[in-house]
Amino acid sequence: MHTALLLDMAAGAFPDRLALGSLADGVSYGELALRARAGAAWLDRLGEGSIVFIGLNGPALPTAVFAAGLLARPFAPLNYRLSNEELRKLLARTAPSVAIVDADMLPRVADAPGVVLVSRDQFEAACLDEAHRAAELTEIDPDIAVLLFTSGTTGEPKAAVLRHRHLTSYVISTVEFMGADEEEAALVSVPPYHIAGISAVLTGVYGGRRVVHLPAFTPEAWVEAAAAERITHAMMVPTMLGRVLDLLQASGERLPHLRALSYGGGRMPQPVIERALALLPHVDFVNAYGLTETSSTIAVLGPDDHRAAIASDDPSVRRRLGSVGRPLASLELEIRGLDGEPVPAGAAGEVWVRGEQISGEYLGRKLIRDDGWFPTNDSGWLDEAGYLFVEGRLDDVIVRGGENISPGEIEDVLRAHPAVRDVAVIGLPDLQWGERVAAVVVADAPADQLADWVRQRLRSTKTPEAFFFREALPYNETGKLLRRALRAELAEPAAA
Amino acid sequence: MNLTPGSRWKSAVCDTEAVVVRPPAAPATLECGGQPMVAFSAAKPGGLTVDPAHAGGSLLGKRYLDEETGLEALCSKAGAGALSVSGRPLTIKEAKKLPSSD
Repeated sequence: MHTALLLDMAAGAFPDRLALGSLADGVSYGELALRARAGAAWLDRLGEGSIVFIGLNGPALPTAVFAAGLLARPFAPLNYRLSNEELRKLLARTAPSVAIVDADMLPRVADAPGVVLVSRDQFEAACLDEAHRAAELTEIDPDIAVLLFTSGTTGEPKAAVLRHRHLTSYVISTVEFMGADEEEAALVSVPPYHIAGISAVLTGVYGGRRVVHLPAFTPEAWVEAAAAERITHAMMVPTMLGRVLDLLQASGERLPHLRALSYGGGRMPQPVIERALALLPHVDFVNAYGLTETSSTIAVLGPDDHRAAIASDDPSVRRRLGSVGRPLASLELEIRGLDGEPVPAGAAGEVWVRGEQISGEYLGRKLIRDDGWFPTNDSGWLDEAGYLFVEGRLDDVIVRGGENISPGEIEDVLRAHPAVRDVAVIGLPDLQWGERVAAVVVADAPADQLADWVRQRLRSTKTPEAFFFREALPYNETGKLLRRALRAELAEPAAA
Repeated sequence: MNLTPGSRWKSAVCDTEAVVVRPPAAPATLECGGQPMVAFSAAKPGGLTVDPAHAGGSLLGKRYLDEETGLEALCSKAGAGALSVSGRPLTIKEAKKLPSSD
């Protein structure tokens, strides 16, 4: 099934209902469908290949998603927070492609080989052009809907492949068509290059819930938009929630229209969610767990689960507040040991999942098995009632504020410093960010010098916030660095 | 009738349109208003009308299931005819409503 059909259905049934943007001057489903058609007709003439999007959130994003879908060409949103060099490298990998780029970001990507560059303003103007709106589009059987570049464990981004059938199956199995009432509005603050940003567009349109985009997240902008736009639903990563709570606590604002807040994309510190439940008792909280490769959510801790957990004296129920809930009914989930066999409840292993929304594929590399099972590379366990507890990546990717940070890349940079003899970068638990980046080094240089060294070569979020100096690092007999031992040793005092 | 996932069909007798979400386990004929549906891009045959025995209508956005073959179809446009497979009326598959997570 084609993602464009989701919009067709919405536009056919409710052409005048608000789909995007503000109450004052939003875009209706009928108008969005027209813009997507016009955008598709225009983009098709400019060049072949993927439709790349480098820019902030806004109505142009859903328009471009559906326009690319209508052309049966992959939509590839790129992370504009990358350094210029990283961004250019990534853009070059999308060639041949047509890239829609925010005007102020265009100078950063100029002269990309094999890539036709257009500004977002040009795209938006073309979407309003009557000639393009009237253009005939050829029906093409769609295949790849979205390419999302994840930060891979080796540091080199991998392009996760999401096909139309994965995304539509996720949407129609989890959302009721036009099931939202007309007052509902979702505030989307996750960036376009995040899977949650893509799924929010699709589920919003199919469910009939107005989507309001926050161009860039700050707690102040989020609270202001939530109040002004009468936002009823929102999704955020744990870091964002903590910062919003601080602001609400200080200002006294309680967002009376807000009905549901979902969070995901990283470890939620227990004190933060407990504070949220206390501060916003009228809000339903939902913990959603999913991966890019699974077309978003695969397990959900629902509002009732939250309330039952917080009200319970039973430690085994109470601790479910730290779980990601139970798997969706539309898919299967198992915990398997190293031998590939399922392990009993309570035992940790790798999370495996199977279902129609599961892609499990990167460009040039398929991880999903022939029988449909996909190893997530996440470590976790199920309790007796089937609640899933996720412990983190099997390998050691650090998730800081929803952003995946690969230790290997930072280690490489540090290792290049003349005074560094050995290094291990690990994530340590952090109340604000979920995890923070820490470096354990064998080196003859002060911490601030090493931090500067990293900051000059990588972006600031990848700069270790703590340095620990050691005589030597722990290795096992086969020469493998024992990160786990370092983490266990260093997590204790930091958490106190 | 090649009822592959994602294939689109339209009624020969009303406005109903449907897309196959899950294919049937065995060859089957998807009907609407008592008449076989036709491929989305094909021309509608003339002169056919809704069979009164299959006139319950189709509902936009509902998922329809044939228990016997496992065929599942999503109604992408509503119409006066009811969906069936080999004369068996399809049943609406209630969506497992998920708390909003996006």
